[in-house]
Amino acid sequence: MEIGLAHYLILSAILLTLGVFGIFLNRKNVIVILMSIELILLSVNINLVAFSTFLNDMVGQVFTLFILTVAAGEAAIGLAILVVYFRNRGSIAVEDIHHMKG
Amino acid sequence: MIVATLAFYLFAILTVASAFMVIASKNPVHSVLFLILAFFNSAALFLLLGAEFIAMILVVVYVGAVAVLFLFVVMMLDINFSELRQGFLNYLPIGALVGFILLVEILLVVGGWHLDPDALTVVTAPTSELSNMTNTEQIGNLLYTKYVYLFQAAGMVLLVAMIGAIVLTHRQRPGVKKQVIADQVYRRPEEAMAVRKVEPGQGV
Repeated sequence: MEIGLAHYLILSAILLTLGVFGIFLNRKNVIVILMSIELILLSVNINLVAFSTFLNDMVGQVFTLFILTVAAGEAAIGLAILVVYFRNRGSIAVEDIHHMKG
Repeated sequence: MIVATLAFYLFAILTVASAFMVIASKNPVHSVLFLILAFFNSAALFLLLGAEFIAMILVVVYVGAVAVLFLFVVMMLDINFSELRQGFLNYLPIGALVGFILLVEILLVVGGWHLDPDALTVVTAPTSELSNMTNTEQIGNLLYTKYVYLFQAAGMVLLVAMIGAIVLTHRQRPGVKKQVIADQVYRRPEEAMAVRKVEPGQGV
């Protein structure tokens, strides 16, 4: 059977669902939530590259590079905030993070 | 052809399985390692799609930088992970429900979706025109001409992320002696030394 665009779209749909599912499942663990966000971004990248290949358009791969950049920056900032929070509170439980509430 | 099909299914199944283990494994260190496996397999999928540069960049950036960053944070912070896993089963039904609904919706969209033949004619940067170049050359050809401002903006994003991460995690510890150049420059001879007349035969 020929592997078409739909195969890659279904794969990225499954990956995106797993990412969202992971956010629900690990509601207390910020590190796993950040990893789930990385999974979601990966599924977006698979979508873009698949469309780029099957529509013979190079722009999809260029945009994938930009998403990669943003994902790397997001991971760095998120983990830095996590380290600072852990240093101040001694825990990374998400449910305790409501000090910014007015 | 059959090899390409088999390779797709192998890498796709491995990607999905390791993505599942990322969210389901008990130990976050294992989660990070499965995340690395998922990234490697999707890099292989990108290779199958012909996007060689993106595949290599995925390995370099995600496996080499992001995943190692995660690994550092998970291992350096002394976190009680079993405490964080409490309520895991409470969230399972609602999470599964939301995930299932999302998946069904996306699959319905994908299933009822057909490619408009006109869409193939409105390509922004057709690969056929660039077909005498390698994949990396094609990307560079676009990135440094048409998307050069976006490329600069991506560099700014990385710069801001770097400065932000340094500012956030930098801390001034009391009691650490450091060289303060301004104090050294502003030091005058009067406060640095005093001339004393010492009587002969006596100490200072």
